[in-house]
Amino acid sequence: MSTPSLEQRWPRDHYLSGGFRLRDWLLTTDHKRIGWLYFASITFFFFIGGIAALLIRLELITPGGDLLSPDTYNQMFSMHGIIMVWFFLIPSIPNTLGNFLIPMMIGARDLAFPKLNLLSWHVYTIGALFVVLTVLLGAVDTGWTFYTPYSTLFTETAVLAAATGVFVVGFSSILTGINFMVTLHKMRAPGMSWMRLPLFAWATYATSLIMILATPVLSITLLLIAVERLFGIGIFDPALGGDPILFQHLFWFYSHPAVYIMILPGMGVVSELITCFARNSVFGYKSMVISIMAIALFGFLVWGHHMFVAGQSMYAGVMFSLFSFLVALPSAIKTFNWTATLYRGRILLTAPMLYAFSFIGLFTIGGLTGIILAAMAIDVHVHDTYFVVAHFHYIMVGGMVTAYLGGVHFWWPKMTGRMFSELWSKVAALALFIGFNLTFFPQFILGYLGMPRRYHEYPADFQLLNVMSSLGAGALAIGYLLPLVYLTWSLFRGKPAGANPWGATGLEWQTSSPPPKHNFVQIPRVSEPPYAYRNQDQETTG
Amino acid sequence: MSAQKGYLPDTEEGLRFFPEQASTFAGDLDFLFIGLVAVCAVMTLLVFGLIVAFTYRYHASRQKPREALPSARTSHRIELSVLGAMFVIFMGLFAWSTHLYLDLYRGPEAAMTINVVGKQWMWKVQHPDGVREINTLHVPVGETIELRLTSEDVIHSFYIPDYRIKHDAVPGTYRKLWFEATKPGQYRLFCAEYCGSYHSRMRGKIIALDPADYQRWLDDQGERETPEVRGASLFRSYGCSGCHLGSSNVRAPSLAGVYGRPVPLASGGTVMADEAYLRDSILQPQKHVVAGFSPIMPSYSGQIDEGEILSIIAYLQSLEPEDQALNPSDTTRGSAMPEGTAQGESP
Repeated sequence: MSTPSLEQRWPRDHYLSGGFRLRDWLLTTDHKRIGWLYFASITFFFFIGGIAALLIRLELITPGGDLLSPDTYNQMFSMHGIIMVWFFLIPSIPNTLGNFLIPMMIGARDLAFPKLNLLSWHVYTIGALFVVLTVLLGAVDTGWTFYTPYSTLFTETAVLAAATGVFVVGFSSILTGINFMVTLHKMRAPGMSWMRLPLFAWATYATSLIMILATPVLSITLLLIAVERLFGIGIFDPALGGDPILFQHLFWFYSHPAVYIMILPGMGVVSELITCFARNSVFGYKSMVISIMAIALFGFLVWGHHMFVAGQSMYAGVMFSLFSFLVALPSAIKTFNWTATLYRGRILLTAPMLYAFSFIGLFTIGGLTGIILAAMAIDVHVHDTYFVVAHFHYIMVGGMVTAYLGGVHFWWPKMTGRMFSELWSKVAALALFIGFNLTFFPQFILGYLGMPRRYHEYPADFQLLNVMSSLGAGALAIGYLLPLVYLTWSLFRGKPAGANPWGATGLEWQTSSPPPKHNFVQIPRVSEPPYAYRNQDQETTG
Repeated sequence: MSAQKGYLPDTEEGLRFFPEQASTFAGDLDFLFIGLVAVCAVMTLLVFGLIVAFTYRYHASRQKPREALPSARTSHRIELSVLGAMFVIFMGLFAWSTHLYLDLYRGPEAAMTINVVGKQWMWKVQHPDGVREINTLHVPVGETIELRLTSEDVIHSFYIPDYRIKHDAVPGTYRKLWFEATKPGQYRLFCAEYCGSYHSRMRGKIIALDPADYQRWLDDQGERETPEVRGASLFRSYGCSGCHLGSSNVRAPSLAGVYGRPVPLASGGTVMADEAYLRDSILQPQKHVVAGFSPIMPSYSGQIDEGEILSIIAYLQSLEPEDQALNPSDTTRGSAMPEGTAQGESP
């Protein structure tokens, strides 16, 4: 497998050596450098969105509105949602880790369209900065959902400008999706058959498919809003003969599949982490692949579960509820298979593995509360309450962000060639798990008690649970800030990692760390299925 | 605290971790919820337990060689049985919840219909006998109350946590929501759909009273016009009666007895004359033009509010087909118009 002589050597020539002028970064077509560009952009947006979240939690410590004015509060949760969904979660794993890893995982020298990849980053960054500016200066207060007719007729804020920015960023998603799909189809190394692809590559493939199919619907919807506002053509406005619920259908036709854009890559990452640190092949590779694709396809059939109390027909409601129950099945299989992968393994509790375990725990709770919400009768009660807020944060933050951090820790040695502090990384992983549960678990109870979401003020007896949630947010913030500190430190002071510090099997570990400019000195040939940790085990012990 | 600036003081509930059950639906729903939570808790504990047990048993520090993994065939069988078990559990839960939802959706025969209009940022309530309230809704215990929800501006959502019910109030449509209160008392009313600056102050209360107390409360409300009477006078003051009443039937169809009947349209086909149709015909008269008439009616959009539209609908609903030549000016002379007793009169 890996040649030990290469292990500890710091490569003389690699993708980070030389070329530190601004244009060497902003005009690079190297997928690894573009991965870093995304890494910098999304980290920036994550902390802006995080500051908005902290202000929200600070405001909610008391039942009255004393820290922020109602309008400022509404702008804060709108900004939090818009930034976190579109400028952090959607690009998080695919555009940073995916960009960096997909070509290396399949034994290619770059993505299929390197210039398109660069364009995609520019479009994303310019669009996202534009939106953040309009939201801050134009005081957008519609929430990330832009529901009509509030967004089209009643708010006096810069909705159209913000929507334009989101529209522009959508093209970045589409371009990235196309790039990944073509790369995965056409650029696999000899012997890398579809059934030998790492699950992370499969998850990226499914994500790209959703990006390509769903994003245009969002673009069309935003365009229709513009048409209505500019030309007074009645599409969503009831006074002009339009239908406000139509907007919700179009919006969720994109945004529900987008939820899977926000979780599938995390599932891919966790599959890599679990197998590596259980030193085992993944339990049921084929059904993992089928599950990924099933989630991507079924994800398109459940959007109506966001409208159980908006007045859609009873029969539509029943069908959407049924599909929502069914889409949970592949996720359940995946969770079961991750757990079963531990069976008869050799488990190492490294920081990435702790993140992976956190992911499974939080995703299980998030997924099962999704089942509770798919039950229409219960949704009538908890729709638009904190129960829903808690549920989707368990999936998107507990799931996706945890997986993202796990992935960043796992591939950090590959990306930088250096190791990070083992102790501090474990502390951060624990702070995240505890802080997260303290923040969001009380919100399930608040939701069932009836506290509606997007409330600036609330009845006094909800205070205790809100204070718990706000304290948890503090602990969670530590869990996010710590990695920023020790990972930055490791960039300069971390000890050299060597090509394969974790003893992992993927192709990306068979090249030096940091990798050479074109990833591989010689394109590898693949002769075995992924996750052949057991063979490795026999080689070393037997 | 928030009440100082809010519209109404919040109903005092004290610290609780589970909401009160105050409607006929609440008990059934909580049973389903607790059932689902129990199933989910068992599954979560199973996953957590397995992770802890495997990590302990197969930790890397245990040196002895691991046995071979189960064959592909065995693992496949295990997966299929897990899938099968989950499928059965999920479908069972789906059937249970859907059954409950269909009951809620269809609802029993209502004893009364109360109009609720959402508006940034208040709830305007109109009882069938004309009593009006803002942000407060008095209801009798033990009777099926149907709400007819609409909105004057953006989407709101009418939510009573202790009754476990909620429905969006969507501008341009009428949505129905019913409940039956089981206990006298005060319960919270929230707007659950984000509606702008003071969304979180769009809170009110439901006051459930024993039927006798409710009657007493109604009687104490003093002078009032029933929606039918108010509707009749609006029908005249907005000039509707000029074309739509009388025996001439030349410029516009007579509306006596139109409610609840199919209406033939100029575009072919028919449409059921329900609340939504009548409302559309006032605000967007060109949408459904009745067969045999020209589209000459002006739109009242922007000139009439939702409460007035609801009164006019109530008035039209009270008309019988034989009231053909009814002149609304007569019916408004009295303080109330008993349904069906209005006499026709030739112009």
